[in-house]
Amino acid sequence: MDQFEEQAEIVRQEQLTPEIFRLTLKAPEIAANARPGQFVMVQTTPCSDPLLRRPLSIHQTIGNEQVQLLYKVVGKGTRLLAAMLPGQSLNLTGPLGHGFDLAGKPAICLVGGGMGIAPLYFLAREILRTTRPPKCVVLLGARNAAELGPLPRDFMDVGATETHLATDDGSLGHHGFVAELLPQHLDPGLPWTVCTCGPHPMLKAVVSQCRKQGWECQVSLETMMACGISACLGCAIPRADLSGSYLHVCKDGPVFKAEEVAWL
Amino acid sequence: MTQPDLRVTIGGLVFKNPVLTASGTFGYAKEFAPYVNLHHLGGVVVKGISLEPRRGNPPPRIVETAGGMLNAIGLENVGLDCFIAEKMDYLRGIGTRVIVNILGDSLEEYQTLAQRLSEVEGISGLEINISCPNVKKGGVAFGTDPAMAEAVTRAVCAHTTLPVIVKLSPNVTDITRIARAVEAGGAQAVSLINTLLGMAIDAKSRRPKLANIVGGLSGPAIKPIALRMVWQVAQAVKIPVIGIGGISTTEDALEFLLAGATAIEVGTANFVNPRASQEIVEGLGRYVTDNGLAGISEVIGGLILD
Repeated sequence: MDQFEEQAEIVRQEQLTPEIFRLTLKAPEIAANARPGQFVMVQTTPCSDPLLRRPLSIHQTIGNEQVQLLYKVVGKGTRLLAAMLPGQSLNLTGPLGHGFDLAGKPAICLVGGGMGIAPLYFLAREILRTTRPPKCVVLLGARNAAELGPLPRDFMDVGATETHLATDDGSLGHHGFVAELLPQHLDPGLPWTVCTCGPHPMLKAVVSQCRKQGWECQVSLETMMACGISACLGCAIPRADLSGSYLHVCKDGPVFKAEEVAWL
Repeated sequence: MTQPDLRVTIGGLVFKNPVLTASGTFGYAKEFAPYVNLHHLGGVVVKGISLEPRRGNPPPRIVETAGGMLNAIGLENVGLDCFIAEKMDYLRGIGTRVIVNILGDSLEEYQTLAQRLSEVEGISGLEINISCPNVKKGGVAFGTDPAMAEAVTRAVCAHTTLPVIVKLSPNVTDITRIARAVEAGGAQAVSLINTLLGMAIDAKSRRPKLANIVGGLSGPAIKPIALRMVWQVAQAVKIPVIGIGGISTTEDALEFLLAGATAIEVGTANFVNPRASQEIVEGLGRYVTDNGLAGISEVIGGLILD
């Protein structure tokens, strides 16, 4: 797998909501090699505070040169990112990890919660452009309508016509959790492949429904990590049977088959 | 223009330059091949190897702190057999010296590791991690007791023809005592410092941030402590000292060399900037050239005390 280190110039920094930003960077080598589900490690400052790079999934590539990231300001690193302006540059390494594998799947459902929506947009765009599965349903959830911002529209625009929404406060779409939309919108007679990314409780709920229905499920996971290239071994997660060696999110993932990992 | 002379000698081995990568921060080197010309480095110290594979600690294993990070990886590694069978082929071809870091829970384990690795082609030296507890001696770390540190060094040296570097723990009252003990035990060099024991708590949940509760602090935050210890040890022993601890830049590396280190290891900086080690090699070359030095060895121990 090809990995690159690039000093990436910021092309655009868009504030979608008070906390959510969309950052477009010029990183030709990463853009040309990235697959949906892969991530980059972003150095938020050349100083030592915060010290470590931040792992961010790739929201999409634009043309052959640009990489777009969707992130929420949650701490010091993302606050620094949000203050960066076009013309300035950030150091990126990537593309890292394994992405989603959807070759030849006839019925695909993407389930994203909060910032977990980020990699699913790249995935939706790619599959609708290339493999064009006969069925493709997108389910998006967030705390409220503001947090979803322009994202539902973006999915519709790339051809995800069957996009359904859920918000915790009912301000948009279904009033409740996004996982509750699966039985409503997925025909149990079809062999679904569900791809999901989001907060842990949401993933657990989605995985549990897929298991009940016998659907294949691919999950994109997030953990603390220092390096992103399987040197620090900080991103360990237990295997499904809780035995043997740990899996490492950066190298074995971030996309896993749901049955590979333990759902504690 | 002639190439600057960056060569240094440790335990009879000539290294093309004094920049090595620290164990546990550089994988088995292959992980960094997309970012670094491995043959430009002075050497690579590979992830610590134990006799049997180790699973390591449960997550969370790392936490970021001001200017550094805490880790409690728990010495996860593939074990000796897998290391020899699956990792050495690649390492033999990287064009620089390979030092294997070893760790065990008893003298016998260290001896077996030393013996087995001495028979493997392509290994330049051993670095002994003595921060592990001796399970047979009530779990006291080999590295915190001078007599035990000397004993494990002696045991390893008796079972290998390779140069032996002992990696010292800073979690002791007087690191020079341990350094002198391992020198007496036959070590050809010492490397220091390993991580400093630390802790972080999530005030909201009132729980430790690491599953292991405590972990090892590394990164720029520990550099002044490491530098002080390297300076003290360099005066206390006759064998070469390899400086480790928060080295991220050429200037950091120069500070350690001036304090008396013959070489340095780049650790946590590899995570932050995967090209850090190579950049330091290049930076040291420029320093030698710009200052009209005959070689980097002129810098070693060059601290001026007025």
